[in-house]
Amino acid sequence: MRAPIVVVGASLAGLRAAEQLRAAGWEGPITLVGDEPHPPYNRPPLSKAFLAGTASSASLTLRPRPSVADATWLLGTRAVRADLDRRTVDLVDGRTLPYRALVIATGTRPRRLTCPGPSVGRHTLRTLGDARRLRAALAEPGARVVVVGAGFIGCEVAATVSALGAADVTVVDPLPLPLLGPLGESLATELRVRHERRGVRFALGRHVTGFAGRDRVTGVRLDDGRTLAADVVVESVGSLANTEWLAGNGLDLTDGVLTDAHLRVGGRPDVVAVGDVARFPGLRYDGVPRRVEHWSIPTDTAKHAARVLTAHLAGAGAGADTKAGTGADFGAGVGGELAPFAPLPTFWSDQHDFRLQSFGAPALGTADARVLYGEPGADVVVGYHREGRLVGVVALGGRAAVAAAARHRADLLQQSPTT
Amino acid sequence: MKVVVDMSKCQDHGQCVFAAPEVFRFDDAGRLTHLSNPDDALSDAVEEAADVCPLQAIRIEH
Repeated sequence: MRAPIVVVGASLAGLRAAEQLRAAGWEGPITLVGDEPHPPYNRPPLSKAFLAGTASSASLTLRPRPSVADATWLLGTRAVRADLDRRTVDLVDGRTLPYRALVIATGTRPRRLTCPGPSVGRHTLRTLGDARRLRAALAEPGARVVVVGAGFIGCEVAATVSALGAADVTVVDPLPLPLLGPLGESLATELRVRHERRGVRFALGRHVTGFAGRDRVTGVRLDDGRTLAADVVVESVGSLANTEWLAGNGLDLTDGVLTDAHLRVGGRPDVVAVGDVARFPGLRYDGVPRRVEHWSIPTDTAKHAARVLTAHLAGAGAGADTKAGTGADFGAGVGGELAPFAPLPTFWSDQHDFRLQSFGAPALGTADARVLYGEPGADVVVGYHREGRLVGVVALGGRAAVAAAARHRADLLQQSPTT
Repeated sequence: MKVVVDMSKCQDHGQCVFAAPEVFRFDDAGRLTHLSNPDDALSDAVEEAADVCPLQAIRIEH
């Protein structure tokens, strides 16, 4: 029997990779390995509608395309080792999977705070299980909540929790404003004001030094000597890439799996990385390899990586498993017929009754941010410029602001400042 | 090919409009409208639109 394409990771990126392998012409076997017991589900609602209790877990389930109905799903297990020369993946349950090609889609896990104190009462938010536990903890009447980290998840959780009527919600962050990196000072200031108006408090410019309490958390200690009373703590302080299982193969595993411009790993034509775990060169802007944790990236990377893999396999004589005419081998590299991977970054974040919607790379242009539409305090769109050129836009507000930002999308798509 | 959008889920992200502008668009009032029976030649674009919908509100029936 022919070895399958093995997809390690069975969340959005893994599912999309399997679907896109079929769309690109791979008709051979596909095996997906996932450490969570659930079939793939959609994570964004975990910090919003699911946490608020207005979306069921069933509504989060992603509908696989019919083309992957014959894929083999190994759920509730995980890869512990890979040998890229022998083309095998070892699972924690002792099985060894030989592969024809490997898709790395193991994503990330939340980074944890390591400061001293009890661990009971401290939460993270990445999985359905995490969200269920946090939702149960928040159901205690009058729960006092401290969110550590004023990034996307922290801000979304704070907004959801404040709407649930928690007695008090405070967000702690070492930076002086929430979402300062991606938004820049003016829009981050406006974001802070909007949160505060809806009852969220901030302790900014502050580090957490420890947790108070004996058996469970009763407070969060800050570096200014204060202790914030807390029944529930949410740690949203970034993520760590799940790459340990790839050790020993000579790969660059510094913050994710380094890929080339076609998402191939370690100079191997039969190994690709997709989704949050892939650190790919940002060719649209500065060429620096980064992991990108936007919701659109799993789908974008899966599509590109599947075409690269399928073309390689077709060229390598896997004719029985691929449809004829799927194209030339891209193995020669950037000179092939497929343009290098360079998606237009885009993200959104729903908080309270407003949306943040971004196109492009605002973080690269925060030094020159200008209001393009509306005004701070109402629906507003800010344009971010580098060397005078627009590199990103962010809308803050309702439908009109988002539509106004979207009008710049075509312009941003055409720009490629590195060329 | 039949395209069904669950408007009770739609939250106006507009990603489908970017992926398949021949099939999805916002009307002058900013409401999403779409062709219910687009030509099969557009099936790749429609499948992409369904993939990029953050609410998974788009269903395709062949």
